[in-house]
Amino acid sequence: MEPLTSHTGTVLPLRRSDVDTDQIIPSEYCRRLSKTGYQDGLFARWREQPDFVFNDPARAASTVLVAGANFGTGSSREHAVWALRDWGVAAVIAPSFGDIFRRNALKNGLLAAQLPDEDVAQLMARAEQDASYEITVDLAGCVVRWPGGSCPFEIDGRARRLLLEGLDDIAVTLERQDDIVAYEQGRPAWLPAFAPTGGVN
Amino acid sequence: MTTPRTTPRTLVEKIWDGHRVGAATDGPDLLYIDLHLVHEATSAQAFDGLRLAGRPVRRPDLTLAVEDHNVPTDSLVITDPISVEQVTTVRRNCAEHGIELFRHGDGRQGIVHVVGPELGAVQPGMTVVCGDSHTSTHGAFGALAFGIGTSDVEHVLATQTLALQRPRTMAVEFTGVPAPGVTAKDLMLALTAHIGANGAHGHVLEYRGEAVRGLSMEGRMTMCNLSIEAGARAGLIAPDDTTTAYLADRPRRPTGEAWQRALAHWETLHTDPGAVFDHTVTIDVADLTPMVTWGTNPGQAVPLGESVPDPEAYPDPAERAAARRALDYMGLAPGTPMRDIGIDTVFLGSCTNGRVEDLRAAAQVLRGRKVSPDVRMLVVPGSMQVREQAEQEGLHEVFLAAGAEWRFSGCSMCLGMNSDRLPGRERCASTSNRNYEGRQGRTARTHLVSPAVAASTAVAGRLAAPSDLDRG
Repeated sequence: MEPLTSHTGTVLPLRRSDVDTDQIIPSEYCRRLSKTGYQDGLFARWREQPDFVFNDPARAASTVLVAGANFGTGSSREHAVWALRDWGVAAVIAPSFGDIFRRNALKNGLLAAQLPDEDVAQLMARAEQDASYEITVDLAGCVVRWPGGSCPFEIDGRARRLLLEGLDDIAVTLERQDDIVAYEQGRPAWLPAFAPTGGVN
Repeated sequence: MTTPRTTPRTLVEKIWDGHRVGAATDGPDLLYIDLHLVHEATSAQAFDGLRLAGRPVRRPDLTLAVEDHNVPTDSLVITDPISVEQVTTVRRNCAEHGIELFRHGDGRQGIVHVVGPELGAVQPGMTVVCGDSHTSTHGAFGALAFGIGTSDVEHVLATQTLALQRPRTMAVEFTGVPAPGVTAKDLMLALTAHIGANGAHGHVLEYRGEAVRGLSMEGRMTMCNLSIEAGARAGLIAPDDTTTAYLADRPRRPTGEAWQRALAHWETLHTDPGAVFDHTVTIDVADLTPMVTWGTNPGQAVPLGESVPDPEAYPDPAERAAARRALDYMGLAPGTPMRDIGIDTVFLGSCTNGRVEDLRAAAQVLRGRKVSPDVRMLVVPGSMQVREQAEQEGLHEVFLAAGAEWRFSGCSMCLGMNSDRLPGRERCASTSNRNYEGRQGRTARTHLVSPAVAASTAVAGRLAAPSDLDRG
């Protein structure tokens, strides 16, 4: 993955809480076998409403989604992250996230920054008024900046390092191959295992 | 942080410490995964990633695959071209990497979270992951089990580990004894209504108390399954005699001396007296009655005897806006008694409530009764083994005589990824886990209920409990 240090963009304000992954991308759009091509499914139902923020021509190039609490709650479908990314969304700011969504987002370089309620409310209100309002999510500094203000955000140190340095998650773990082998040698023999079949039942 | 042996630990901490690979560091721990469950809907891209990087599956022997999300439940023949492509792909991937796969039509096929436990492949103290949020189900065995995305599926296939931050812990104490007809589903809807759909954010829940001890393994699976609907990372229940009795005759249990060694380990799997949880929530279950959702997230639930709430009564503006939106989507007016809400379809099934005990509870209501002529009822066993067991007990005859459809197993109408979807604005009483907008069909409306309420609703044609039918 390309190293990622910071993103600046205008805002897609989505004044809704508990936006679940079934809304971000309904299940019938999740049946592709690839990791790309999901933009058509993004908020597919809500985009049927002409006044939905993702239909606003003034925000066609906006890349920072600001949403209500518990964004990305629900299923583990990484398709929700892929759909946002394929649409062009590069960062999501919310008071809280579904745990699996947030983890999936960071695995794909979609910056998910959790900010206090009052900051999100302020950004939401300003962005609703002004389609040119710009926000920066600075991964290197772990801070979100906006005109006249800023707020730090927390991020898993490992995820941050992988993104900043553009590292391969699996390759980094496999550097600890010896530890993994040592752990496996100490596992109780009675734990269940399946005979590899080399085929299907 | 190192936890000395003498410090009292929660069950979650014991499992965590026992699965940490290498020494503890300041960063996330590398956690070893004992069982990786795989299904066709979230694995294709992970196998592609392995192929591109030239990596093998590290432990195919700790990996088990099923076909469940996309498969039809009205036929053992898959005709939908996208479903065919999905299962063809998982079959090819499993064959290439030597992973055991239960295909659609196999007598052991079923929903991944039903199949694992019924094989005895999920045991106390294990770490279990799957590319599906309802992996929390397996916490019923005292396992640490949670859902992961496709990138993590690839990571586990390649390394059999995940790098994870130690979670916070929350004790959920269900005190008292539930009244007859009040199930694990009702307890969890009551919890989620109490703390909210994000109330357990970032936590692993340990369910405790008399009401939990009294649950069967099926009830415990329902309980742990719904942990994710309260926003939790996982939920679990310490193993006891109920757990070992369930495992005692399962095909993948340890046998002989290994069983004795396993039992000795399982006896250590409980939260020590004096161990500290980050949070505690207590729910007295003695006064609970059957619960039903009125809105579009699982926290929007009330007792069946109550009415649709008034959004304007919520002090929190975000909650008020969410309630307004939910009622608009659901086509409901504030103050409408829940029992007055008419239903078009009843769905009995899913990883939440698709086990044989759930089918028995519904059949008990339907015996000698008819599904209302205005209602369509689907009964979708959670696995082909559940289906076989139900047929041995004659439950299918009860369902068929009542006018319900008796299906093969799969995820079916729980998520509408297959051909089982609701048309138009149909309203469904569903034993599944999510009442999100569009979940069961583009504009469909879902009310989450227990199996007994689902069956009673099918008879009455409106939301109902078994006691409503007795009153005629």
